[in-house]
Formats: sequence, structure tokens, C-alpha cells
Amino acid sequence: MIYRASVLFAVALLGLIFLRLAGGYAERSALRPLAEHYVSQAPLELGVSNIVTGILIAYRGFDTLGEVAVLFMVAASVGLLLRKEEAGRKYTEEGRRKPAGEIVTTGTQVLLPVILTFGAYVIVNGHLSAGGGFQGGAIVASGVMLLLLADPGTRVNAAALSVIESLAGVSYVAIGILGLVLAGGFLDPRFLPPGEAGAFISAGAIPVVSALLGIKVGAELSVIIDRFGR
Amino acid sequence: MTTILPVSSILLVTGFGLALIGLCCILLHRHLLRIIIGFSLFGTGLHIVIVATGYVTGGTAPIIDRALGPAEPGRAIDPVPSALVVTAIVIGFAVTAVMLAYAVRLHSARKTFDIGAFTESKW
Repeated sequence: MIYRASVLFAVALLGLIFLRLAGGYAERSALRPLAEHYVSQAPLELGVSNIVTGILIAYRGFDTLGEVAVLFMVAASVGLLLRKEEAGRKYTEEGRRKPAGEIVTTGTQVLLPVILTFGAYVIVNGHLSAGGGFQGGAIVASGVMLLLLADPGTRVNAAALSVIESLAGVSYVAIGILGLVLAGGFLDPRFLPPGEAGAFISAGAIPVVSALLGIKVGAELSVIIDRFGR
Repeated sequence: MTTILPVSSILLVTGFGLALIGLCCILLHRHLLRIIIGFSLFGTGLHIVIVATGYVTGGTAPIIDRALGPAEPGRAIDPVPSALVVTAIVIGFAVTAVMLAYAVRLHSARKTFDIGAFTESKW
């Protein structure tokens, strides 16, 4: 009881801080100087229509590389944490291996191609409209999750996915080094021509990086989901 | 579009509220999976707060298209918090995955999700 009361007291205090923060916040009526620079210069410098993608892949590209590395480490550590399950798999075998019902199975057959196509669309349109590698990769992985829900016996080829994912990561770093050699710096996408803004093939190397990110994130998330599904 | 409350205030209150619910969930529940759900709620609330701080009155999405010409950057919202939140969501996913993996390991060790069963490693 004392614990509950003290928890509620602490939460109330934090709520008071939040209330003061929210109450004292005045909505901005103009952009901050940095954002102003990004919004006005990104379409000119990079030829990218979606400013958020421009920031993620070009201006903060190194940060995105680190983020992908974090995902890679998580996929590895989840594999390590769940590996010992193999020994106890005998008795979970009967409990878990029930395939889902008719509706889920049929729905998966209908929806899976649509989900994967939509994921690919979101990945390659990241420089033109809302989307990008992370978002599209997550959509692709949700398709894999649906597949595993419909038939828990499905084996995702984790080894092949790891190879694909590593190749995508190596190509990402190689593109970064190409930017260092041919353009302004590491992960500078301007070594390919910017093209016409709004066209599908435009914005230098950003669509390439976006596609690589999508492949990598989709493969990594699929591996993580698959490891939980075992 | 005119609303009585500014959009960012609504989002701030929603986000902070979600964060508080998540904190209550973390501290009050004994079930490991519910604690993990609390962490996710806490993170999601703060993501909403970060996105809300990037809102500019009357702004639209920072995508150059029919709604936002290249010559009028003032009408876009701040893209930097949005880009930061994309990063934060991915890291939040990663943290959740690791927490769930630990929960599965703990469950396979003790056959229970009750956090009270793991007190010997408390301090």
C-alpha cells in the first residue's frame, strides 16, 4: 500500500512537471534557423522532395549508419539470448505448432503480396513522398510476421537473410566511401547527378541508400521476429 | 483549419499523458510483459511530444509537392524533430526486442512472468 501510494505520488509529481512544460509551451509560428536552412536548401542541394529523408540519409547519414548498426547488434543479441531455447524445443513443439485458422491463412495468401509490394513502394519512394528505408523495411517485416502468425511452422531462411543484410550494410558503407572520394564527404549522396526534383530517378544516391536501408532493416526485423517465433 | 486549442498543445497533453500512463504501468504492475508494454507506452508518449515541438502554426508536412511549393519554406513544419523521432522509434523497437528476449529467458528459467520471483538479483 505504501509502495502504491509513493508510486502515485512520484507519478503525480512528474505529471506536475509535464503540466508546467505543456502549459508553458508556446506554439512556434516560424521555423528555427536550422530547419529553415534544411527546408529551403535540401531541395536545391540534394534534389530531394521529402526533407525528412534528406536529413536522415544525407545531413545525418552517419547517425543513420549508427542506427543500422544498433539494429544489427540487437538482431545478434536477440539470437544469442534465445539460442538456448533449442534444447527445450521438444515440448514446445506440440504446443506451438498449431497453424492458424482458415481466415488468417487465406487472408495471408491474399494480403502478403500486397503488403510486400506496398513495402517496396514505400522504400523506393522515400525521396519523393512520405516513406523511406526504415518505414518500408518495417512494413516488409510486418508481412513476414503475418506469415509466421498464419503458419508458425514456416521457417524463414535466417542464414540467407543475414547474408543479404550484410551485403546491404557493406554496400551502404561503400556508397559512403564513394561519397567521400567523389563528393563532399562520407555518405554525401551528391556523387550521382541530382536530376529533376520530383522525378523517380533523382536526388543523387539517396534512393539507392534508401533501398539498401529498406533491405537491411526488413531483413533484420524479419530475423528478429523469426527468432521470437521459434 | 481553426481549432479552439492549438494543435501542438493537444499533442503535448496526449504525449505527456501517455508517458504518465506508461510510468504507472512500469511501476505498478508485477507482470514482466506489462512492464515492457509500459516502457513502450512511455517511449511512444515522448515521441509524440518531440514531434509536437516541431509543429509550426498552419504548417504542412515538409515534402515539396503540390501542397508546398519550393519557394515557400516557411509553411513547412520543422523536419528535424521528425527525423529524430524516426531514429528514436527504431531504437525503441530495438530496446523492446531485447527486453522481450530477456523476458523469454527469465520465463524459461522460472516458468513465471511475475517480477516478484526474481528478487534475489535485486541489488
